[in-house]
Amino acid sequence: MKNFAELIKALDSSNKTSVKVDALTEYFRNAGDTDRVWTIAILSHRRPPRPVNTTLLRMWATELANIPLWLFEESYHIVGDLAETIALVIPTTKEHSDKSLTEYVQEMIALKKKPDDEKREYLHTNWLALNYYERFVFTKLITGSFRIGVSQKLMTRALSKATGVDEDILAYKLMGDWDPNRISFQNLVLDEKAQDFLSKPYPFYLAYAIEGEPESLGDVSQWSAEHKWDGIRSQTIIREGQLYVWSRGEELVTDKYPEFNNFLGIIPDGTVIDGEILPWVDDNIGTFNDLQTRIGRKTVSPALLKKTPVIIKAYDLLEWNGEDIRQKPYEERRQQLEQLYEQVKTFAIPLQLSERITFDSWDDAQREKQQARELRSEGLMFKRKDSPYLVGRKKGDWWKWKLDPFAIDAVLTYAMRGSGRRSTLFTDYTFALWQTNEDGTKELVTFAKAYSGLTDAEFRQVDDFIKKNTLDRFGPVRSVTPKLVFEIGFEGISLSGRHKSGVATRFPRILRWRLDKNIDDANTIDDLKNMIPK
Amino acid sequence: MKQPLLAFNDKGIYCAQANVYLDPWRPVDNAIITHGHSDHSRWGHKQYITHHMNVPIIRHRLGDINVTGKDWGETFTINSVKFSFHPAGHIIGSAQIRVEYKGEVWVFTGDYKTEDDGISTPYEVVKCHTFITENTFGLPAFKWLPQAEVMADVNNWWAQNKAEGKTSVLFGYTLGKAQRLLKYLDTDIGKIYTHGAVENMTEVLRTMVDFPPTTLVTRDTKKEDLLGSIVLAPPSAHGSTWIRKMTPFVTGSASGWMAFRGARRRRAIDKGFVLSDHCDWQGLLESIKATGAEKIICTHGYSDIFSAYLREQGYDARTEQTQYEGDEGEAETKTPTEVSEEGGEL
Repeated sequence: MKNFAELIKALDSSNKTSVKVDALTEYFRNAGDTDRVWTIAILSHRRPPRPVNTTLLRMWATELANIPLWLFEESYHIVGDLAETIALVIPTTKEHSDKSLTEYVQEMIALKKKPDDEKREYLHTNWLALNYYERFVFTKLITGSFRIGVSQKLMTRALSKATGVDEDILAYKLMGDWDPNRISFQNLVLDEKAQDFLSKPYPFYLAYAIEGEPESLGDVSQWSAEHKWDGIRSQTIIREGQLYVWSRGEELVTDKYPEFNNFLGIIPDGTVIDGEILPWVDDNIGTFNDLQTRIGRKTVSPALLKKTPVIIKAYDLLEWNGEDIRQKPYEERRQQLEQLYEQVKTFAIPLQLSERITFDSWDDAQREKQQARELRSEGLMFKRKDSPYLVGRKKGDWWKWKLDPFAIDAVLTYAMRGSGRRSTLFTDYTFALWQTNEDGTKELVTFAKAYSGLTDAEFRQVDDFIKKNTLDRFGPVRSVTPKLVFEIGFEGISLSGRHKSGVATRFPRILRWRLDKNIDDANTIDDLKNMIPK
Repeated sequence: MKQPLLAFNDKGIYCAQANVYLDPWRPVDNAIITHGHSDHSRWGHKQYITHHMNVPIIRHRLGDINVTGKDWGETFTINSVKFSFHPAGHIIGSAQIRVEYKGEVWVFTGDYKTEDDGISTPYEVVKCHTFITENTFGLPAFKWLPQAEVMADVNNWWAQNKAEGKTSVLFGYTLGKAQRLLKYLDTDIGKIYTHGAVENMTEVLRTMVDFPPTTLVTRDTKKEDLLGSIVLAPPSAHGSTWIRKMTPFVTGSASGWMAFRGARRRRAIDKGFVLSDHCDWQGLLESIKATGAEKIICTHGYSDIFSAYLREQGYDARTEQTQYEGDEGEAETKTPTEVSEEGGEL
């Protein structure tokens, strides 16, 4: 545990990528095999299941810290991280523990099934046996979400440096559904075995946003364009009579979308399709809100399947006849995909082609982009015709050209402290719009929350305003005097029965602080409703 | 109802019987001052009374003011109210103010810490009936390590940066923290440079305390000379053009706020050292207990939370609004313009 805690500390105490990679590389060179496997698992969000719920954790931590629960909660709101708060309030003793990361993780796995009094005993003993930082890491392992600014990519780079295995191959090996408790380091990282790769997706190629206008891309004839659909980016794999559907978050989602089982027997073995999962309602693409009803569900009821079926809009073909064709030019892969689509489209399977747009000039593209909202797309994608399918986010061959967001002026009404690096500031805001009631009175109605889009300096100023203009406190939330107006941007909008305003917005964020406006200039709920595409 | 000995109004903490204010935040005629930080000793009072060690500090900051210096424990009486200064251990010269009238004793802490830092006159418990305390770090999440351990960390960090061919830039508040760091830096590792604001303040304090030699970073300072050295700078120098001269450099910050991972990351500091000139949670609770006071008034910091806890422990505790910001809280509460003024001497 000591080494792992020191690794986390090193990763956490630098903002520089090179320092982080060095720390990880050093760790991967020296740690024991099972610890290495668990470290890879933890840093790629494959944690053991949570053995204790947070209510009990809080209770038992306050017992040990000898403080009332309310005081712990207040501290937590200010610290902003549960594991960190627990580590801070519990006293440090002279004891120490020599148990390895693997031993701790295995104890946690076993702990899940133990009765509460044994869990309590286990936590109390171990909290007191660890130093502050180890205690923080130990508690983090229990509570989950290890966000320390280490992407999978960064970890893969370090692992590659430590083992000499190619970085892209490693990215491929580490994807998918492996169990850190059963796999050896040799097997996971070092061995080359084809049969393990049956379910494995290829790393996704991600586009950068175009800066400015697409004219900068040069000659139109070198580019292919299509709409950027607003669903879940996915990879559909058909190999040896089996179907695997992966989301971009590297989550295997096959079971969530049973309609894709129809692909088997129609789409030939040895095929991998890059596409977008989209809701298909009344013979049309639904809203992202429709898709939300499917995303969270592990099992799907027949009623929901009927109400909100999904389809895949195919973008690209990565494997054909069992051959990895990612290095072939986009144009060639795409033609193969279109041919495949021609062959299977007569069958009733939920596969559609993301149509390519014909355009002879950037002006044509501009005109097409203007229709995006109506077509329920987020904008356009440009792909260089001769480009291979690369790994990760790379500049040059693929570009996304997104629509400008919707924008509306709203009033700041509630605020909460941020988390992580913003835990000492009020940076999570709730915004409201005007609504005229039947009796003619106006009131502010909450419509969205947002916590990004301001500079650090602006956040400090708004934080200062909030502290001086607090009307009331509800736990961590403060209501503030309605005075500040912000322009709020969002990507999508639809009617919603679950929101007080009657409207759901997608990816709301602060575009800018409207210092030039007072609250009477803010928009109304009706203005917002008028933005919903008909 | 009897008029309280000290009352909180829009100008500061007021003693009506003596017609004086303690650490007032608006200009008044008579001000009794705990210490030299800008939120406690403000500009514009007609008459200042403070511990004599604060006199050069306040003069350095506010210019030619009318100020009287007193000794530790020296009693001075104004209209039958007895006042005296007692060490607060916060920074050089920092004092608690004891106020006595007709057998009733109040103590105002200003800012204080219980650990002896070897520079400030160590904190002294003063028995009283009513204790007015700061709560800058009044949460159980704050627990300080002994200064010697933290300074060993600082020196190790410096030595390691030097080995990697980098300059160490260490941020600490101009008055107090910077000198506390300076005092315990290991001069065997290398040379100590200073930012102008730190250099000037340290110069003022050298008449009272021995510090290792420092060199001011000037336009003529050579980049090569800075490599492997340590540079003491105010927090506001972070991200300024001044700091580019130090490249390649590593940044560190010493403050109680560094206890929180988020605080360090939000400031984009490479290394945080948890070193505070205020009491931690236990320090506050123990000193409150030691005063024997029954009434506790909480001023700046996490006062609401802290006083609620004290009430639960059986104290008659309440919160009063003041305009003390706390030196270590500066980056938390000051507006960006105020912060940049602080670092004006670039």
